Amino acid sequence: MSIAIRTAVAAVIALAIAPAAQAHRSWLAPSATVLSGAEPWVTVDGAVSNTLFYPDHVAMRLDGLKAIGPDGAPVPIQNGSTGKYRSTFDLQLKTPGTYKISNASEGMSASYKLGGETKRWRGSAADFATAIPKDATEVQASSSARRVETFVTSGAPSTGALKVTGKGLELEPITHPNDLVASEKARFKLLADGKPASDVEVEVVLGATRYRAKGQEFKVKTGADGVFEVKWPEPGMYWIEASVRGQDPSGLARNSGYAATFEVLPD
Amino acid sequence: MRAVKSPTLFAALTGVAALPAAADAAELAVSVEIPRLSVAEYHRPYVALWIEGPDEAAVKTLAVWYNGKLAKNEGASWLKDMRQWWRKAGRGLTLPADGVSGPTKAPGKHQIVVTAQQMAGVAPGQYSLVVEAAREVGGREVIRVPFSWPPKAGAKPATVAGTTELGAITVATKP
Repeated sequence: MSIAIRTAVAAVIALAIAPAAQAHRSWLAPSATVLSGAEPWVTVDGAVSNTLFYPDHVAMRLDGLKAIGPDGAPVPIQNGSTGKYRSTFDLQLKTPGTYKISNASEGMSASYKLGGETKRWRGSAADFATAIPKDATEVQASSSARRVETFVTSGAPSTGALKVTGKGLELEPITHPNDLVASEKARFKLLADGKPASDVEVEVVLGATRYRAKGQEFKVKTGADGVFEVKWPEPGMYWIEASVRGQDPSGLARNSGYAATFEVLPD
Repeated sequence: MRAVKSPTLFAALTGVAALPAAADAAELAVSVEIPRLSVAEYHRPYVALWIEGPDEAAVKTLAVWYNGKLAKNEGASWLKDMRQWWRKAGRGLTLPADGVSGPTKAPGKHQIVVTAQQMAGVAPGQYSLVVEAAREVGGREVIRVPFSWPPKAGAKPATVAGTTELGAITVATKP
């Protein structure tokens, strides 16, 4: 990794580089998560906003979007379109089982000084080596990996689509994500680059906040084994998020984020 | 109406073939009342009947009344609206299933009789007969009625009344 050489210079974690959009919540909202019948369809909204699940800020970019079918193979995303506030796309569940929909993105950001001026740069890791001018000083760089997911199931839940990639922050379900009911606690394992992410705060937020005087929002923490448990206060569409800051093997600052939407059904 | 015919035929055959079948004459009779509702848009409810053990796990699905006649089997897309049944049993079944699936029923009282043959493999113990109804443009209701199996002599029928989507559910067992 040639990046490693350059960034060995980078002293501290680049706090200032995080784009404003990261303060908002990235979410995927499926029209249904538990389906029956032959080859059902789901339609999914994707957006970045503060209020869940109301698209009122910016549409989610669909570049990194992928759907994995019950057999672990990719499934085509159909009718994708991006509007002002939200993107939408459809997915046909041609075979029974669970589908994972994820939008993963990786990138690098850097700030540096050039001729007394502070410059910022964002781009891919591949471009980083050539993007920063040779005479730049005070180069501070960090990489980021973000993943936004949701799950839908036709018929009985299956696990073939749930395999993790081992890159960035990911969720390994213990309780099946499409087998959630309000009366039962759910357990999931958070993984950072495939290893248990311990002592990480996970934010849990219930959607449909517009019609409530007080939103349902709380935090739980992962244990040494990366496992966290959620007791759902009521049925609804929930959004969870976690993020970790660390270093990649080369010592480069690295921010990893994970967010997912879960539907918790009434008993 | 294969669902109705085949058990009758089966009962008739076994009745002829196996005379010393006193124990096999045991049965579970369930009466399900579907209320007449005064609503602008009425669709007959989807109804599932199943048996649960004390741990509330499904032991056996007895009946599923749904619309299996629509093009592309579209009626199956609402089976999941019987949420408890779908999660506990439905999503693992293949429908239509002989002797289990049948068409939706009109408002009124409907009787199903479950024979000892059909209850084969159900261990002695306390159970609940569960009825779940889900109606398009309507609501959902789940009713549990306790019974013990095999039937005890002199066991009285038990009735639990629904309040919205279901009327009285009566379970009677006879040895």
